[in-house]
Amino acid sequence: MLTWTIYISFLGMTVLMCLPKGRPQIARLTALATAALGLVFGLAGASGFAAGDGVKTLVNAPWVPALGINYHLAVDGISLTMIVLTGVAAVAGVLFSWNVEQRPKDFFAFYFALIGGCYGVFLSFDLFLLFVFYEIAIVPKYFLIAAWGSTNREYGAMKLALYSFASSALVLLGIIAAHVISGAESFSLVDLAGHPFSEGQQAWLFPLVFVGFAVLAGMWPFHTWAPTGHVAAPTAASMLLAGIVMKLGAYGCLRVAMTLFPLGLQIWSPYLGALAVIGIVHGALVALAQKDFKFVIGYSSVSHMGFVLLGLLSLSMVGMHGAVLQMFSHGVIAGLLFAVVGRMVYDRTHTRELDELQLMRLKKALPYAAVVFAMAGFASMGMPGFSGFIAEFQVLIGAWHGFSAYAILAGLGVVIGVAYTLRAMQKSFYPDRSGLFAGKHDDPQLAPITWQEKAGATLLLACTVAVGFFPRLLLDWIAPALEAPLFDGLRKGVGL
Amino acid sequence: MTDFSYSEVFRLAVPESMLVVGALLVLLNDLTVIRGRTSAQRSAFHATLTSATCLAGMAWLQIMPQAGAVADGMIVMNPTIALVKQAILLLTAFTALISWRVEFTRHLGEYFALLLLATVGMLFLASARHLLMLFVALELTSLALYILVAFHKESRASAEAALKYFLFGGMAAAFTLFGLSLVYGLAGSLSFSGIAEGVVGREPDMLFQVALVMALVGLGFKVAVAPFHLWAPDVYQGAPTPAAALIASGSKVAGFFVLVSLLLGGFGTLAGDAGWGRFMPGWQPVLAIFAALSMVIGNLVALNQTRVKRLLAYSAIAHGGYALVGVMANSAEGVSAVVYYAVTYALATLGAFAVVQVVEGDAGDDRLESFAGLRERSPVLALCLMVFMLSAAGIPPLAGFFGKFYVFTAAVKTGSADLGLIWLVAIGVLMSAVSFYYYLQVLKRAFVASAPDGFSPLRVQPAVLAVILLIALGVVWFGCQPSVLLGPLSDGSPPLSP
Repeated sequence: MLTWTIYISFLGMTVLMCLPKGRPQIARLTALATAALGLVFGLAGASGFAAGDGVKTLVNAPWVPALGINYHLAVDGISLTMIVLTGVAAVAGVLFSWNVEQRPKDFFAFYFALIGGCYGVFLSFDLFLLFVFYEIAIVPKYFLIAAWGSTNREYGAMKLALYSFASSALVLLGIIAAHVISGAESFSLVDLAGHPFSEGQQAWLFPLVFVGFAVLAGMWPFHTWAPTGHVAAPTAASMLLAGIVMKLGAYGCLRVAMTLFPLGLQIWSPYLGALAVIGIVHGALVALAQKDFKFVIGYSSVSHMGFVLLGLLSLSMVGMHGAVLQMFSHGVIAGLLFAVVGRMVYDRTHTRELDELQLMRLKKALPYAAVVFAMAGFASMGMPGFSGFIAEFQVLIGAWHGFSAYAILAGLGVVIGVAYTLRAMQKSFYPDRSGLFAGKHDDPQLAPITWQEKAGATLLLACTVAVGFFPRLLLDWIAPALEAPLFDGLRKGVGL
Repeated sequence: MTDFSYSEVFRLAVPESMLVVGALLVLLNDLTVIRGRTSAQRSAFHATLTSATCLAGMAWLQIMPQAGAVADGMIVMNPTIALVKQAILLLTAFTALISWRVEFTRHLGEYFALLLLATVGMLFLASARHLLMLFVALELTSLALYILVAFHKESRASAEAALKYFLFGGMAAAFTLFGLSLVYGLAGSLSFSGIAEGVVGREPDMLFQVALVMALVGLGFKVAVAPFHLWAPDVYQGAPTPAAALIASGSKVAGFFVLVSLLLGGFGTLAGDAGWGRFMPGWQPVLAIFAALSMVIGNLVALNQTRVKRLLAYSAIAHGGYALVGVMANSAEGVSAVVYYAVTYALATLGAFAVVQVVEGDAGDDRLESFAGLRERSPVLALCLMVFMLSAAGIPPLAGFFGKFYVFTAAVKTGSADLGLIWLVAIGVLMSAVSFYYYLQVLKRAFVASAPDGFSPLRVQPAVLAVILLIALGVVWFGCQPSVLLGPLSDGSPPLSP
């Protein structure tokens, strides 16, 4: 069932490419159906998954026997969390791209190539296969941004593509080296995780692969692609970039680098953890100073992804739980924030300058958007009741065990997070009086919020609230997955 | 020299004979049957005949697989060689078909006959395990290609390119011949297997180094790796597009294959070592320099090209570097990797040239701007171009990705545990990240930029379109199912033995 999430996406892509020109509505409905089917397949697969299953193989067939490459798709609790996230984000992304008028069928074809690649990465348990899907996800991002983007789109798209491609080159090098060192017989994740790489080998393989993936997760100082890319991208692509693609990187860090090279993790975690903390604080401070609404959200993504990395590097179980939960949580919340900024506000007002938005009295003109942004903002700040609270709280606890100084600094990041979110919220939707009196008083006529936007926003909000109140929905998948034999090496390596 | 059976020679050289007969038929028909017809009819006729000849040769190799060796290794056949020959024949057939409508010359018979004769040279090159045969086949290919480059008689660029190609080529051939004569003196034999026996236990001394480097000059020139690459951009740019396509595809496959057979079959024991920190003299360090230079120069210079054919030329130099990394693996797996790489790369390049030819025919030049809005003017062509470019950039699931992966894996495996060649592989993967930029420059024009006002849909000859589609499908198929090509390569006899 779960494998069909991949196939339906590529099928949808093919159908969309073949659709006749000039029938946008058909393209949109096809896209919505594809995304919804993907989500349904994902949920159906999830319902058939018992937490104790460990790693459940879906397909395992020889692909290139000469090199020991298998077409091995499997799922565990972590994959499942990410699959559900991808499904939700894909549906929401389609709903928020309903107004793409320029060649919608091509837009959605690239969109589903990206989605299919993401599903593939989350389900691959063969490293070659994982890498194949990982690369498949890079190319469509370029075209989505370069052809349908806004501010500085060609620059943003190229920067993102080159960062992705260069970082994946590091990963490729690491995968080939690991394959050869382990006896050149297999690319299977399980086999390689069972191979005892020497400490000397892990000491250089771990940073190679971890950094390779972490670039895509927005690790400071390699994060600069993220804000420019997010800002340049069309709404749905920003949602996917922040919502899923950055998670691909974090997922790779956990699934490949940490699982295969736990001793390397032990050696490098203080240094890489420091980078994660710098990312949290730096991202938050820069977000505080932005004038462009979308850049605020872009830098907030860097900051929040820092929590994921810090959790992964915390060398504690609770930290890793928090990191995976944060991947889901940030995926949903960032998607929502970008949807409000890109679709609800920018597509109507055609400006993202906070100083200009301040004069527009958007609270009156777009009350729905104001409420959604307020809720998403609270979720993003880590308000209890939303998913972000549980996730970041766990990360901080995990980090406290290992590196208490980092936990304190990251806590500072949370405080700054409250500041920049409130600032953006106030400037955009709830300006103070001085702002109002300075500007014009006639209320702008803006198109009302469509049902698609409402549906998408409701879906994402429902996810973050549901996980916020019942974190066990996901933790019951995540925690047993990290106890599975696949992570034996990791747990032993870091002494858990 | 051993005794010699002509029937045996003929048995092993049937496809070559077919091509020679085909070339004569083309010339004959040009003077008789289709004399006085319009140029379009004549070139369609010749293209059909030429590709049919090549396909017949392919079919023969498929139906009547031969194995054996004659005359001290002058012609050797085994399954791997048969596969390489089929690939070369297929590439020539496609080249002939994209010449469906030749407009750059009136001498159509000669043009198509030369295509076939160049191919005969490539086929002999693939099956040569003997220095004399190697040199003769190399010259046969080169001479035919020099003329093909010059075929656009009204174009100064074409003449300049041909002269440059000829002068460089002649110089390189002279070096090679000198190198080969030294090899003969050192090893006392002209056949590769004889050389392998002759050099057993020898140290790679100075004389040997000189002989080797000189012999490699000619082959390095043939496959356009740095520092012997200077001709490539001008030739790709100036030559008639189908001729450039053949130089970039079929001739490369043959060149790389003979390079592998010579180095691994003749000098396997004198490889030396290019591993980081374990340097030992031999041919590996020499190739390591060529490979590193090619990957760096090719990719970096390609970055600021504004003409697509020049861009493809520099990308070809870079790809030559990647393939050399596979040669350095010095193992049976390395041979499969190089063959897989060369064949899939040649297919994608040929496809790219075919698209360039269509665009060029309409816009009059191959500047990047001429590709603007290709997506609107011909969605199919744009999609195929995307497949070719992304394959060359090494994006899965296209063939180019698996080729690179296979070559790099094979290279890292040599000297397994300490991963000596990983420094070269690291250059390779990082440079291919760089290469993404210039491939995207082309695709950006095709997919992102909008077509000029008042554009018209591109008209493509059905035969050309069919070839482009077939190649695109092949690139996708070989990428998704590498075993289709790898199967014949990796099972059965070791790839270099008769």
